[in-house]
Amino acid sequence: MANNSSTPAIQFTKVSRHFGDIRAVDNVDVEIKDGEFFSMLGPSGSGKTTCLRMVAGFDTPTSGNIFLYGQDVSQLPPYDRDVNTVFQDYALFPHMTVGENVAYGLMVKKVAKAERVKRVDEMLELVQLTGFASRKPSQLSGGQRQRVALARALINHPKVLLLDEPLGALDLKLRQQMQVELKNIQREVGITFIFVTHDQEEALTMSDRIAVFNQGKIEQIGSPTEIYEHPQTAFVAGFVGVSNIIEGEVGKRITNSTNKFSIRPEKIHFVKPDQNLDSDSYAVNGNIRDVVYLGLYTRYLVEIDGGGDLVVVEQNLKSTSQEVMRARGQAARLMWKKEHISKLGD
Amino acid sequence: MRSNSTDSTRPKATLGLKLAAFGTILFLYGPMLVIFLYTFTPEEATYTFPLPGFTTKWYGVALFERPDLWRALILSVQVAGISTLVALILGTLAAAAVYRSNFFGRESISFLLILPIALPGIVTGIALRTAIGGLDIPFSFWTIVIGHATFCVVVVYNNVLARFRRMSGSVIEASMDLGANSFQTFRYVVLPNIATALLAGGMLAFALSFDEVIVTTFTAGQQTTLPIWIFSQLVRPRDRPVTNVVATIVILITLLPIFFAQKLSADSSDTEGGSK
Repeated sequence: MANNSSTPAIQFTKVSRHFGDIRAVDNVDVEIKDGEFFSMLGPSGSGKTTCLRMVAGFDTPTSGNIFLYGQDVSQLPPYDRDVNTVFQDYALFPHMTVGENVAYGLMVKKVAKAERVKRVDEMLELVQLTGFASRKPSQLSGGQRQRVALARALINHPKVLLLDEPLGALDLKLRQQMQVELKNIQREVGITFIFVTHDQEEALTMSDRIAVFNQGKIEQIGSPTEIYEHPQTAFVAGFVGVSNIIEGEVGKRITNSTNKFSIRPEKIHFVKPDQNLDSDSYAVNGNIRDVVYLGLYTRYLVEIDGGGDLVVVEQNLKSTSQEVMRARGQAARLMWKKEHISKLGD
Repeated sequence: MRSNSTDSTRPKATLGLKLAAFGTILFLYGPMLVIFLYTFTPEEATYTFPLPGFTTKWYGVALFERPDLWRALILSVQVAGISTLVALILGTLAAAAVYRSNFFGRESISFLLILPIALPGIVTGIALRTAIGGLDIPFSFWTIVIGHATFCVVVVYNNVLARFRRMSGSVIEASMDLGANSFQTFRYVVLPNIATALLAGGMLAFALSFDEVIVTTFTAGQQTTLPIWIFSQLVRPRDRPVTNVVATIVILITLLPIFFAQKLSADSSDTEGGSK
């Protein structure tokens, strides 16, 4: 019954958590579906980790309720909740071997030794650490410790796995590799993952859906493509990727509207100075004020005639660095499709 | 062990520095050597150098002919043992409270817990005597234990708190998260992590209690602990060699736990540093 697909894995109803005057989490409503890879994305202090800790049971809401597959768990202690956590610092028990660490959840539940050994082996295989059972955490690399933490959290077959910025301490290469691996493990075990991160790329790579947090509130929930292509607020547009915000006088001239819009830099193209405006596009004229050559692509800062700046990026498909650098100071005409802009709320 | 690799790269000490170090050691341990030396003197009442002869008879006297000495020794061991036990329990609880929660007045409580070790023993002693007397509690074995516990708690508290602070706070959360209740978490995660701190703190507490004179003078009834017994021996010049024997035994009993306590703290800091 619990795994009925219509019952959300996790449901927040009007959840708030206040620390004195600070509203760390402010009236959050969210539903996380069964089997979903759900990311909570936001800058530090935005309330995403507090939300995760309330699901884990390390913190309780000031008001509101949290449901785990329909059961209100808001007031339950961590050991009575069927969720497990991968901690940011891994929190491996330093005095135990890798095997003992992974077996811990079974040990405290008094699972028979033979069963424990078998399941520890399965878990270590899942995270590709077969043969590491007798090592101490201090003998492992950061990436290996992270895998142990993952195996330890998964061995109880939790209904929901919580990951608190687990890749933050790894270097870039390893982080990218682990992103792929985490996603594969999630598919393999079929457990709902809630992933907390401040790294937008991480969230976009792995998630089925993303909730963008800002100042204790959720700004937007949606799939990675929705979040990226159609940000609904200026905060989301600016936090996830880079965006040009068009508003005020300049906006009025370009779009004939007083609304606030965002447009991604890669959707804007340089066109010939005399190119006519299509009915499905917007165009502006300006001056290229700055050029930054970044290898794969070049970033231009264009000062629009009559005020305002636009950031434009263009892939260096044919041009060399000398060619792109010569564009500095030149006049330019920019054009982008109407469908590529997103109307922003406040 | 760990210093081996660094020793070879360090510059050599100058002669002056070596002499200074040697002088300091001599200053610290010379008097104890004298005590040790004069346990073998055949001359009872005077200190003459070189020794007029050599005898081990005072060890025999101390061992077999002085039941008062043995009563004092046993009492001291009992007081130190129970004070240490009390300190281990209270000190650990206090450290856990100060480490884990952020309550009003936490810093003040931390300060008040440490204060007794800095307070002159004479002040602690007179305060306890007044308080115990005012409450009409008879002076006994237990009042000595209470007196000693005031400073024994501090060393355990300090040791355990330092260990807690080095421990990653999330291991306790991880344990609860994996299904362990508070008792299991303490048994399987907290205790193994603070075990050496408890041992080190306990040994220091034992050593402190074992040679305490001032607070004991104020809180004892008719009981004579070993340090007080030694103190009372000063007025009996003929007993000097026996007193020296006892002093030698006390030096051993006190030094060994401190030696091991230091070794334990050093070892555990080694392994924890290695895990980072």
